[in-house]
Amino acid sequence: MFSGFMANTWMVATIVAVVAGVVGFFVVLRGSAFPAHAIPNGAFAGAAGANLLGINTLFGLGALALLAAFGIGRLGRRGRSDVSTALALVMMLALGALFLSRSTEYEPQIYSLLFGEVLGVSTNEILPVAGLGLLSIAAVACLYRPLMLSSIVPEIGEAKGVSAHWMEMAFLVVLAIATTMTVPVVGALLIFSLVIGPPAAARSFTDRPLLAMGLSVVIALITVWSSIAISYVSNWPIGFFVGALGALAFGIGRAWAAFRRTRSERAESDPALVLQRV
Amino acid sequence: MHQLLTWVFEPGFFSSPPIHVAVVIGAAAAVVSAVVGVFTVLRGQSFAGHALTDVSTAGGSGAVLLGVSPLLGFVGVGVAGAGVMDLIGVQRVRGRDLATGIVLGASTGLAALFLYFDTTTRATTGATQQILFGSIFTVDPTTVPVVVVFGVVSVGIMAAIYRPILLASVSPDIAAARGVSLRVVGLLFMVALAVAVGLSALAIGAILSTALLVGPAAIALRLTNRIAWAVVAACVIGVGTTWIGVLLAYDSYYWGAKHTAIPVSFMVVALIFLLYLATGLPVFRALLARPAAARPAMAVAESGQEA
Amino acid sequence: MDMARRELDRPVLSVDGVSVSLAGRRILDDVTFSVGSGQFTGVIGSNGAGKTTLLRAILGLQRPTAGQVRVLGQPLSRKNRSIGYVPQKVLLDPDMPMRTRDLIALGLDGHRFGMPLRWRSRTEAVDEMLQAVDAERFADARIGHLSGGEQQRALIAHALISRPQLLLLDEPLANLDLRSTQEIVELLGRIATEQHVAVLLTAHEMNPLLPVMDQIVYIADGRAVSGTTEEVIRGDVLSQLYGHHVDVLHVHGRILVVAGHGTGDDRVPAPDPMAG
Repeated sequence: MFSGFMANTWMVATIVAVVAGVVGFFVVLRGSAFPAHAIPNGAFAGAAGANLLGINTLFGLGALALLAAFGIGRLGRRGRSDVSTALALVMMLALGALFLSRSTEYEPQIYSLLFGEVLGVSTNEILPVAGLGLLSIAAVACLYRPLMLSSIVPEIGEAKGVSAHWMEMAFLVVLAIATTMTVPVVGALLIFSLVIGPPAAARSFTDRPLLAMGLSVVIALITVWSSIAISYVSNWPIGFFVGALGALAFGIGRAWAAFRRTRSERAESDPALVLQRV
Repeated sequence: MHQLLTWVFEPGFFSSPPIHVAVVIGAAAAVVSAVVGVFTVLRGQSFAGHALTDVSTAGGSGAVLLGVSPLLGFVGVGVAGAGVMDLIGVQRVRGRDLATGIVLGASTGLAALFLYFDTTTRATTGATQQILFGSIFTVDPTTVPVVVVFGVVSVGIMAAIYRPILLASVSPDIAAARGVSLRVVGLLFMVALAVAVGLSALAIGAILSTALLVGPAAIALRLTNRIAWAVVAACVIGVGTTWIGVLLAYDSYYWGAKHTAIPVSFMVVALIFLLYLATGLPVFRALLARPAAARPAMAVAESGQEA
Repeated sequence: MDMARRELDRPVLSVDGVSVSLAGRRILDDVTFSVGSGQFTGVIGSNGAGKTTLLRAILGLQRPTAGQVRVLGQPLSRKNRSIGYVPQKVLLDPDMPMRTRDLIALGLDGHRFGMPLRWRSRTEAVDEMLQAVDAERFADARIGHLSGGEQQRALIAHALISRPQLLLLDEPLANLDLRSTQEIVELLGRIATEQHVAVLLTAHEMNPLLPVMDQIVYIADGRAVSGTTEEVIRGDVLSQLYGHHVDVLHVHGRILVVAGHGTGDDRVPAPDPMAG
């Protein structure tokens, strides 16, 4: 399982998980679940288009992921953001359908772009993926402070000159970059689970932002590694395990948060402590 | 005049049976989607509306695997998914989208699994594409009555909860104070949404399903501030864009020498998208020229109210 | 329409003839007042009088149609670091992984790019703030779990930590219970006198602020009068401001502003007196 082409898979998957954990922290913090779903799907249309034009899939992925990000950010300025995300998404998918109708069908490739393919990573793909991964993480590190401020207390951010709109755009672009690199490995539909499940679980276990980000990376790594291993052994699609484990992580996190809540509620009804609270 | 007509309606349009089915199903789906869609947009649940198409797809793949009617799989799993979303979601908008996301992720994982079994056990090619992109022109005519029945069910639920859901969407606190059970009403809405989305995804494809759910409603809400009028306008816009899209898609076969038609989904979505963009332009807004206070519908929808 | 002005060194904030019109409506009409270092100013007015618009103008988020706002003698720019801002409604998600001390730390450099460095000096500054606003008790609690008063104090610390010259608060006392209101007012008064930070807040009820307020800016229908409480809260002054008869009653050290009889015109409601 660890030799030959599988080594590539492990390497790339690890990078994917780290990026997903880091970017996902902000996805969950900002409640950007829908864009996180829409952008990979937009990227998918780009891959179909690239195939049509005969150019490198990664370029097609990247181009349309960025287009999706700009579309969502721009449209979201006026009007409800979930509506604009939905419409941007269907427009992208429709474009994908258009591209597909023009080219010869390539059924297995659609499947792997959507759901991920364990064996789909070639050696010459590692470098661009690693590069994009590094870029995404560097971007998050660079944006960390203003993005935190804008995500948690946007009005104060505005007062300090941190434009909420530009922060949103920057974040969507980072999401697009992160997406481009992950679609070939885990697939368009499942990168989404990775940026939602592990970070959502992580925030139930700790109160501290950086720790939550770190934990989200750890959980994402465990999820991806287990998924690859089980997928290799069973031949079932990796996407299934990512989705299932992501949901499981979320469930455990929720259960733990509920447990902590009931424990603190019991402490709060202690008369000695009640008087101390404002 | 005759030349103009044949230029617009390419030969065979009115006599082609798939077109008849497409026109009827398209209209039915557009109407149901419009009714449910207006509230979906008001409540900010476009994500759930879209996610349910993918959830339904998982149900469809599972049904195909089990040899059960895909319709049952689509609608059944869709409703179940909606229930789970409502169960693990919380009233805050952010928490709700997260729950939607989790259910979506798990469902697509399941869909992956089912499709994998499907292709390996039955060697049916094109299954992925069929279910995910399904075309209005390849709908089985015998499903028309079923689609209509389920559509009526969905619209019926919406009619029944019309007033409480409207109140709850605008102000959950007032609704609760008046004795509206937010939980029940919210769940019923999700069921109506799941049914509407499930059958439209099956009938016209996942892409069109979401487009018809969100697009016409969003456009309508920009044009009027009365919900009833918004529903009517959304129906008109939905049916209109669908029919024109069908026509254009049919005609496109005759464009150019290649004789490859442009997919219906692309046509309709492009029309809706363009309309949405157009109604967002400053010149258009100036035309409508309503002061912000007099437009509660879109103001609520666009202010990010929690519902 | 301003009355006596305090003799001040270069004022921290000066609002000069500011008018704001939005969608054809005059929201603010020729408002003039200034705030000196360490001075406590209350902007009092009922809802819709123009308080929020005034705050936004001061923050640079709303350009005045006439007049000018100057901070420390300089015209406004968007990134004004000498102003600490505490907004009115901050929706904090209970699930957000962030503690009170993290929120306060954000106030130091949240606007700067990059990751936070220099942990030790940060932590010291945060501890100092926690002490100043008496928030040590809930320093490690999640911000989403804080009560209204606790949240208010966390936000004040967040604004204060960057050592601003002016602290701006938007309706900080709205939705607070009696005890929290008193505590916040005392805290703000302490901050003004001990740390020489000018404090400007908006409120629709002036009574809780009477003990600490140096200056009141009373707004009605976009027009404002400024001065001390004795100068401004008088029947003749307020009647002129409102444009119809207004009575000012003093009851047990509390002030009640009541719309008068006879005109039948109570278009502009006076602020509701607080019970007790």
